[in-house]
Parts: sequence; C-alpha cells; structure tokens
Amino acid sequence: MTSVTMTVNGKAVTKDIEPRMLLSTFLREELGLTGTHVGCDTSQCGCCVVHVDGDSVKSCTALAVQFDGASVTTIEGLGQNGTLHPMQEAFRENHGLQCGFCTTGMIMSSVDLVKKAKEQGITIDEHYVREGLEGNICRCTGYHNIVKAVIAGAQAM
Amino acid sequence: MATNGIGSSVKRKEDLRFITGSGRYTDDIQLPHQAYACFVRSPHAHATINSIDRSAAEAMPGVLGVFTGEEVAADGLGGLICGWMVKSKDGSPMKAGPHPILAHRKVRYVGDHVAVVVAETLQQARDAAEAVEVEYGVLPAAVDVAKTHDSGVDIHDDIPNNLVYDWEIGDKVATDAAFAQAKHVTRVELINNRLVPNAMEPRAALGHYDTGMDAYTLYTTSQNPHVARLVISAFVGIAPEHKLTVIAPDVGGGFGSKIFIYAEECVCLWASKKVRRPVKWTADRTEAFLSDAHGRDHVSVAEMAMDENGQFLALRVNTKANMGAYLSTFSSCIPTYLYATLLAGQYKTPAIYCDVQAYYTNTAPVDAYRGAGRPEATYLVETLVEECAKDMKLDPAEIRRRNFIPKDAFPYQTPVALQYDTGDYEPCLDKALELADYAGFPERRRQSEAKGKLRGIGFSAYIEACGIAPSAVIGSLGAGVGLWESAKVRFSHTGKVQVLTGTHSHGQGHETTFAQLVASKLGVAYEDVDVIHGDTSKTTVGMGTYGSRSLAVGGEALVKACDKVIAKGKKIAAHLLEASEQDIVFQDGNFSVAGTDRSKSIGEIVFAALVPHNYPPGLEPGMEETAYYDPANFTYPSGVYICELEVDPDSGVVEIQKFTAVDDFGNVINPMIVEGQVHGGLAQGIGQALLENAVYDESGQLISASYMDYTMPRADDLPSFVVHTTAGTACTHNSLGVKGCGEAGAIGSPPAVMNAVADAIGTRISMPATPEKVWRALQKTQLAQAAE
Repeated sequence: MTSVTMTVNGKAVTKDIEPRMLLSTFLREELGLTGTHVGCDTSQCGCCVVHVDGDSVKSCTALAVQFDGASVTTIEGLGQNGTLHPMQEAFRENHGLQCGFCTTGMIMSSVDLVKKAKEQGITIDEHYVREGLEGNICRCTGYHNIVKAVIAGAQAM
Repeated sequence: MATNGIGSSVKRKEDLRFITGSGRYTDDIQLPHQAYACFVRSPHAHATINSIDRSAAEAMPGVLGVFTGEEVAADGLGGLICGWMVKSKDGSPMKAGPHPILAHRKVRYVGDHVAVVVAETLQQARDAAEAVEVEYGVLPAAVDVAKTHDSGVDIHDDIPNNLVYDWEIGDKVATDAAFAQAKHVTRVELINNRLVPNAMEPRAALGHYDTGMDAYTLYTTSQNPHVARLVISAFVGIAPEHKLTVIAPDVGGGFGSKIFIYAEECVCLWASKKVRRPVKWTADRTEAFLSDAHGRDHVSVAEMAMDENGQFLALRVNTKANMGAYLSTFSSCIPTYLYATLLAGQYKTPAIYCDVQAYYTNTAPVDAYRGAGRPEATYLVETLVEECAKDMKLDPAEIRRRNFIPKDAFPYQTPVALQYDTGDYEPCLDKALELADYAGFPERRRQSEAKGKLRGIGFSAYIEACGIAPSAVIGSLGAGVGLWESAKVRFSHTGKVQVLTGTHSHGQGHETTFAQLVASKLGVAYEDVDVIHGDTSKTTVGMGTYGSRSLAVGGEALVKACDKVIAKGKKIAAHLLEASEQDIVFQDGNFSVAGTDRSKSIGEIVFAALVPHNYPPGLEPGMEETAYYDPANFTYPSGVYICELEVDPDSGVVEIQKFTAVDDFGNVINPMIVEGQVHGGLAQGIGQALLENAVYDESGQLISASYMDYTMPRADDLPSFVVHTTAGTACTHNSLGVKGCGEAGAIGSPPAVMNAVADAIGTRISMPATPEKVWRALQKTQLAQAAE
C-alpha cells in the first residue's frame, strides 16, 4: 500500500491505496465521487475526464499515485457555492445531454477547451469545438447540441 | 397552452443530476460487504471444455468462490431464452440451441462465459480469474453468415447446417409472375454491416440475496427490468418472481443492447446466494464488445421489377441473417417481423416476396440495435430504389414520387402484413428538397469539381413500424409476451402527483415528457409531477423501452390512467357541487358544473378523496389510478433524408457537407427532445455508413474490440444537422396522435449517405465507406476508364 495525498475539489485527502489503483477508481471508490465515469478504460471515450492542476486528464488510464500533491477537480467540484458552472447550465439549456453518462467528462473537457482557447485567443466556433472534443465520445446526441452548448457555455464563461 | 404542456420544448427534469455528476448508475451503487465478480471468458470461437482446474484460483487472496457451468447444471438452472418463436416455411419451429448462463462443456464464441470468480476486491477477482486453468479442445469455427450453411461446423447439436429457420413472407407466385412480365429488373447485392451498439455506460450488474428475507435484488443496466425479472424467475429459475426485485437505475444509453437478459446479471444474482454477499460485475469496454449483443449482419439479394415508366411492380428479396452463437432474447423477430414487414417502404409495390435464412455462427449473439430490422429493410429498399432511378434514367426524387403510396390510399394494406394507418409522403419529400436546396446541387457540384473534389447527393425515404406492439398480432406471430404498457397516476394529500410507468428511460427524457403529458391532461403544475420508473418493486408490471414504444404505448397508458382520475373526480365534484355527474365538465384542472361558475379545482377534489369527510357514499377514498394500454396497431413514422457530401479523391475521405432530415412523427410532446432523438439516430446511422464495422477474423477473433479498432463517430466526423419535423399526419389509433421517434434517424440515414457516396464516386461500395474503400474504388474506376 502507498499513501497518497491530494486536494480534491478543494479538500485535502490522504489515503493508503494499492500502487496500481487508477485515479478514476480512487475518485469513485475511495472518495465516492461517482460523477467521474469509466466508459472505455483506454483513454478513448473521455467519460472519465477530470482536471488536475487545471488541465484535463483522462483518469481511467492514470495511476492515483502519479498525482500525489496535485489538486484535482471533478464534476462534483465544478460549480461554486451551490451554483452551476456556466458550462453545466449551457448543457442543460441546449439539451446537450441525453443518458448523462458521457456528460460529466464532456463538460469537464469543454471547460478546459474553452479556457485554453481564451488563453490563446482562439475563436471558439463549431470547427474548434468539434476538433477539440474529438477525445470525448457521446453515443446519444450526435454532438449537434453538445456543440451548441459548448459555444453557448463559452460565451457565458 | 401551458408553457410546460404538450408541444413545449421544456428543459429536462433529469438534467440537473446528470450535469452535476449526481446520476446513479449501476456501477455507482455500493452495498455493504459487496464482493466483485470477474468472468473467465473463452479465447476460442468454438471449442470443447475438456477440463477446468480452479484450485490455484481458489487459493488466491480474497477469493470467495469460483463457479462454472457444472454448478449451474447441478443447481438445475434453466438457460437464457429467445422469446419469439419463428416458424420456417414448412411450419417447423425455429431451432434454438441451449444457452446456459455459464458454458457447459462447450464454448461457441470468443467471450463466451466459462467461469466466474468472486472475490473481495475487483483486482483480486481479476488476478484469480487469470489463474483458472481451462483446457480447451479447439474446433473449427463458422463465422461468415454467407458460408456457415456449408461450413461443416456444427455449432449446436442436432441443428443441421446451423440453420435456425428458413422463413418467408409475401406472395411468391404473384411476385414471380410480375417479374416475368417486367420491362426492367434492377438487382442489388448488399451486406448490412455488423455493428456493436456501444452505449457509453458498459453493462453492469449487482446481485444481492437477502438471507433473512429470502429475497433477491438485482441492480442492472436494463431497458426493461420487468422483462428481466420475468426471464430470470420463470426461465432461468434463480428466484421466484415475487421474491425478486430488479432495479434499473440511471442507465447510460441502451440502443437495444440493454433489452436482453444476459448471462452476467444472472450469474451475479445466483452467485450472491452462493457466497452470501452482494456480487457486482461491471464490463470493461472490451468485454462489452465481446459479449453485448451485436446488431445487423445481413447478406441480401434484392430485385425490383418495373414497367417502362419506372413503376414498381414487384420486389423479391433473399436475406441471410447472422444470429451469432446463441439466440438472444428477441433475436429471432429482428430479421423477420421487424425487417421483412417493412420492405414495402413508402411505395405501392403491389407484390413482395422475401425469404430469410437465419444462421448460427461462432460470433456474439446478434439482436436488436437501434432500428432493429428496419434499418436493414430501409437500406435495402432505398439502395435498390436509387439504383432503379439510375437504371431508368429518372431523378431519384421523381422515381420515389412516382411510386409513393398516395395520401388518399390510407389506411394502406401492404403486401407484407402491415397496415399503415396514416401517412403523407410527398410533403416530406418537398420539404427535404427545399431545405437541402436540391435545385442548387449541380452548381455546388461544379464548385467542388473546381477544387478537385467529388460531390454527391443521396436520398432515403424511410418508413418505420414502431410503438411495439399489438399483443394479439405479435402473439399470432410467435411472440411469447404481450407488449401492452402499464401506468399509474397517484395523488398525495397536497396535490402532488407520482407517475409510475413500466417503460424505462435511459436517455430519452421520460421524466420530462411524461410529466408534461400528465400536467397537461390533469391541469396540475409540471413541477408537481414526478415520474418513477425502473424499479419492479415500485411499478408492478411493465414491458420496458425499445421499438420506440414509450410514448405511443406507455404514454397512452398514462392518458388512460388520467382519464380514470378525471372520471372519479367528476363523481366527487358532483357530490361536492350538488350537481349531476353528467353535468360536470373537466378542463384545465377544474371540475365545473356546465353552464355555471361553480367549480372545484383538482387539488380540492384530491383532498376530498383523501380526507373524505364530505364524500359520495359508497365511493372508494383515494386518488390512485392504474391503466394498461395495448395498442391497436404499430405507428408508422416516415420521412425523407438527403445527404450531400464531398469526397477527396486523393485520400478517399468522405466529408458530409449537409444532412437534411424531414420526419413525420405525428403529434409531438416535446420538440426539443424529439429533435435530440433524431440527431442521435442520425449519428449512429452515419456511423454505420462511414465508420463502424464489427469484424471477426476467420478464426472467430473479434478484431475490432476496442475504441482503437472500432470507429465510433466523434464530434469531428459529423456536421450539424438540418432537422425538421413536419406538422405531419397524426397517428389514428392513439388519442395523443403520436408515433415513435427514437429510431428514425438510424433507420433512414445509412442509405442516404451511401447513395450520396455512390453518386460522388460513380460506383457502389459496401458499408462502411472508409477512406481506404473509397480510394480503392476510385482507383479501380480510373484504371477501368484508362483501359477503355
């Protein structure tokens, strides 16, 4: 067993875990943060995306011990003080979700995508969003409303 | 109309939990002292199990038990069943081989379940599963449906040529006679490529045997928990039905793949009693690829007989359908009653004949996947029609218009059993032509050519039979169940409403749509209606969600329950208002005496029913009404899809420029949700046409068993869609006038894409139209042209 310490959604946590434990398992099983989903185990579908020190990470193919000392934000920590993040609100307003399973990773990726675009002065248009979300698979929406949601969310962010 | 009522694009009630990560999917559920299951799966497509040595596994840390098909047999458990008996041409019943929940002495596909290890942790279960020693006697495998008949491989005992059934529909004599007189015959050979449904939530199960109560609970990723309860109790025999609760909590997509009753959920429930612990299993993605029921996989030959004007005279079809190694829950009806009955399409073709041979192969079971038979029919008909247009030198829109069933011909009896109650196809075509700017296509093609690109346009005019299904009709065709639906509407003292439905929502938004429906019918606030589904201990019975049935069947059951509430409310109102029951009218949540200003709100009536101090003598207190609805017919959504795309001849890459979908879904409750359903269906249909393919090699290894090998449509593979729902033709046999909308996109889109590809590159290729395939086809064409 190995001890790992992280700040998760603003709270410090320390746990003794098996060194082979994945970050997604750590969040889901050790911390009960089940909003992070596992859809493919191979970094392909993006259901498991969380933010580590502000960057998107696919938590299903990362070991928890890699992130000792890091600050992790999951979907549960995205909204502040009981209010929704503008991207969460935009997904709801634009019917950017159906079954909800990919949604949490999709929102986390979208937030990072928009943040990076704004930092780099990139125009957030349909092309940018579609290319940028290439690492997140949704089987329900055909992406049509996700693209609308991300563009709307970007305007509100 | 209330702002949240029928016809309004209300934002979804279910979204708050999903956007905040508070959804509760099966794998999110943790029970005290829960143990974990890992399955030992066959690495061979076809083999005898000569021996299983579990001693090393049993000695490993944390292992609670290792179980095999021998224990299943010793416990006298039954197998998984196929619930639809299809008969062959000669009247003989289909041949169903046994389907044990753990393989017994033989495995029949890669991924078949050989043993299960239950351990304290998932990692311990996985480690121990690797230590189970299985000695196999490898046998030759039959994989390709076109070759299995003569393969010499016997997948099941006493099933010659692996033939499940040889079935037919239509009038062969009349069809052959029409062909004999035809001026022209167009023929196509088609493969409908095998697909993996790929709901983003992998299948999962958590079985719990409660020793004290001698009762079982199964949490599972199901589209129809009541059907799971029925099969697990009545056929597999793990628990009696009244001692088994099946809960399908939030389910992350299904698309058909979560209709079926699978081995893993049965094993978790059974093993829970063995180890006296809750047992959880969650598929990883490769397990899902290997063991979820797949879709499609047809090989067909189709011919259309025409007169000199391109009028269709007769359609003749032969299809070979791959059923996989075992018959999955509804598999037998997919390539028959959900396929060949749709071959009339939107056309008045007077004679149709189709025969279907269904075969076992050493591949995963094949069953319903979004559309289920109807995409296969539509792909066949609409490819053939486009080829007919080419052969007859007619515009593809014109040949369709010429053959459409005219508006005044409804109800229309097709030559393949179905009676379409209503439809009007030309307005959809006209609207699609307008939205797609068909008139401007030649100019756009010139512009593409100037850039060195090839541009094509393709049509598809689909018909769908959904809202499954009239019980007596399907019963006469071999179904083992009735496909009615149940609904309950119950009020509490404060006028709040709980709606219980036997359907199940796994992305479709029933919690919203059904609340809109009940709020509209009863005049209560939308916010005061809560929809409950997915738990057999709450909703007594139900048949679940598939075949685009939830609103057309389940919604109509809700209407009937609301009608009963209103009927009872009138009795109470008559008493309170001292009027005759016949004089009470109900509107917008108020019971009034006709022609007066005397009225009682539904809240007051409900309160009176629950606090019956002043109440009609003899009338039962309470306001809780249950209704069942069995549809009189299927519903028949239809539409016209137009795909316009560009091909890069240097790379073979196909890029969709515009996809236009015009649908007639009858009346619509929530347009936002309906459009979302179309978007998702289109993505899956376009995925089938351009990207997706489940490929087994000759030895039966699934070589597309991960997202690195199986191409899922991603955001940058698709355009935004032009989706238009017409005012349409209301369904004539349900009071809502609604048809189903869940599968249309996946049904209508593949031929539109493939017709556009053929139009662009001048030759027809099979799905998926990958860059390699397109490029090779272009090279072949160019070589042929150079040789001329």
